[in-house]
Amino acid sequence: MRQITPVQAPATVHGSTTSAGRFPNTGGAHSFERPSRPSRIVPASLWELGGSALAALALVWVIFSVSGNSGRSALFGLFVSWFLTFLTVYGVLCWRLHGVLAMKDRLATVAIWSGALVALAPLVAVILFVVFQGAPVVFARFPHFLYADMSKVGGESPVTAVGVGPAIVGTVEQVGLAALFTVPLGVLTATYLVDSRGLFSRVVGSVVDAMTGAPAIIAAVFVYLLWVAPLKHSGKSGFAAALALSVMMLPVVTRASQEVIAVVPSSLREAALALGAPRWRVILRVVLPTARAGLSTAVILGVARIAGETAPVLFAAGGSVYYNWNPFSGQQDNLPLRIFELINQGSANITREAWGVSFVLVVLVLGLFVLARIAGRSRAGGRARPWQRRRATGVRA
Amino acid sequence: MTTAAPPRPAPVATDEDRPITVRAVETGADRLFRRVLAASSAVVLLLLAATTLFLIVKGWPAMRAAGFHFFTDTVWAPDNHHFGVAPLLVGSVAIALVAVAIAVPVSLATALMINEYAPVWLRPWLTSIVDLLATIPSIVYGFWGFEVLSGLQVAPARWIVHNFGFVPLLRSPSAGYFGQSVFATSIVCALTIVPIITSISREVMTQAPRDACEAALGLGGTRWGMLTDVVLPFSRGGIVGGVLLGIGRGLGETMIVVLVLSSAKRLTPSLLGPNGLGSVAKEITENFSDGSTIEKSALILAGLALFATTLAVNAIARLIVARTGVRTR
Repeated sequence: MRQITPVQAPATVHGSTTSAGRFPNTGGAHSFERPSRPSRIVPASLWELGGSALAALALVWVIFSVSGNSGRSALFGLFVSWFLTFLTVYGVLCWRLHGVLAMKDRLATVAIWSGALVALAPLVAVILFVVFQGAPVVFARFPHFLYADMSKVGGESPVTAVGVGPAIVGTVEQVGLAALFTVPLGVLTATYLVDSRGLFSRVVGSVVDAMTGAPAIIAAVFVYLLWVAPLKHSGKSGFAAALALSVMMLPVVTRASQEVIAVVPSSLREAALALGAPRWRVILRVVLPTARAGLSTAVILGVARIAGETAPVLFAAGGSVYYNWNPFSGQQDNLPLRIFELINQGSANITREAWGVSFVLVVLVLGLFVLARIAGRSRAGGRARPWQRRRATGVRA
Repeated sequence: MTTAAPPRPAPVATDEDRPITVRAVETGADRLFRRVLAASSAVVLLLLAATTLFLIVKGWPAMRAAGFHFFTDTVWAPDNHHFGVAPLLVGSVAIALVAVAIAVPVSLATALMINEYAPVWLRPWLTSIVDLLATIPSIVYGFWGFEVLSGLQVAPARWIVHNFGFVPLLRSPSAGYFGQSVFATSIVCALTIVPIITSISREVMTQAPRDACEAALGLGGTRWGMLTDVVLPFSRGGIVGGVLLGIGRGLGETMIVVLVLSSAKRLTPSLLGPNGLGSVAKEITENFSDGSTIEKSALILAGLALFATTLAVNAIARLIVARTGVRTR
């Protein structure tokens, strides 16, 4: 009786593999050794794929040359018809050769890969386009482009004096001010939302949720009505732009911090409370330091998102071709705003400069994104635990 | 502890196995801290209330001037006292819906591709790329749409009008022209929506129970069978939420619409050409600063309608996504 178990067990495994192993491409005796993969690529399946594609192309080509369509719109029609015909031919082929289940699986594989290609190709194309159009503009007059102002640009004259210095100053100051306003507020609100379960907290939670995707133009109109219009001529300033950006940024930062704070282990919190620490100390000395890495990721991503907003700064910052270091008085420039203004100027060589500004903006956002990733990675290293951090800094010092 | 019983009075000993309620002693500092937290949370509420209030107060003159025609008039021409918000609002909604209709299939395909079809070493890279694409500013997408895509989509649009022009939606409002249309705008908006839907639905799909997936494969199911019978039913809620978030994003899109769309603010059913429907965000951006008082007021009212729609869509979307327990940004 004792020997039956080890002998019978492999037999059942073999039996079940045989009954389940009806995948067309993995037949043969060797399929018992390794688990059968329904998706393994074998030469035969590639031949079927390529053959169907060629057959469909030939068929569609004949139809289109007989019907006499030509030109770019016909090319698009040719492509669509080819793809549909290819799916039909390939489907029928797989159905006859391998059965209806295999046909569905193969068709779905083709559809999913082509769908992903359709989605990712234009997105990657946008980035490549910005790089290849923008980088030459920036690097043609390399340091000059980054610090010069726009005061010598005008008319149809060749553009040699374009620079984004004022725009970079404006973006950094406005986004910095907005972060200064919203990060403490957002983190405190998030702490409150995680900590208390009352009606008020639930209402605030859903308002934050709803405001996260509020249209940017509404924030612009709101700050215009609240701040810019009552102040008349001195209304447009970097500070007003920072206000408009804060309206956009506060829900984003709150929402992201809430998710980070919520995953702080409750055992840490309870241990601190059990040791007799008052609530405020628990939050300030245990919860927030533990969530530090995640919080910095959340804040940096919020900043990256806000740095590219155009509509809120459109009515509030006003734009300026000169340097203005003071965000509290006078109009200020801003990177997305500068792109918009350059596009609106209309002449071709100035539009080309807008690609340069776009390149600077994309590099800025990309840098922030990478920074956020690096900040988030330190969470895995366990550095975020407050007591370890205390000891580590002591050793280093 | 039973040994602790003797010093206590008798009534406590009878219900000693019932848990006792421990009430935390809240010090003055605690109470103050709690007040500070509550006050800072109130700022968000204040922001919403102030925004709504300002929009209502400043939009009221137009409401009084236009009355019920605000919703029934099919023309937006504030100088002639035609405040029909319909062409603008319908345009905004149409752009969002068409964009989502384009974005949903390809986003789901991308999410499935990243999760199930791509080589394992490639998956974290693809996930990062999708997240990165979501942070690219929309003015960059809008600029690309204005410079490149608006021209590229003319050929497909012409082909669609030639072959399917019998459907009212698939015509051009001004015959023979196919650029700068609602359709072109929607394609560019779809580019900004794809990363959102992809990243949310991908995360929901990751949470599908792996043992059920393996069981489906072990019973002899194909990969597609596993996806349709395990992964997709499990993640349906999250996908719906992601789609609604995409609609919210499309409704609020400003710069893309300003740069790509050319509108005549008329209520027409055709989407494949210029001079058709308008958009609330575009109208505000272009005509708010130098408009007359009554026009400003009407624009604010249109903005209020857009604001309310977007808030409702977003709140519902977040509610649905929150139920699936997925982190969103």
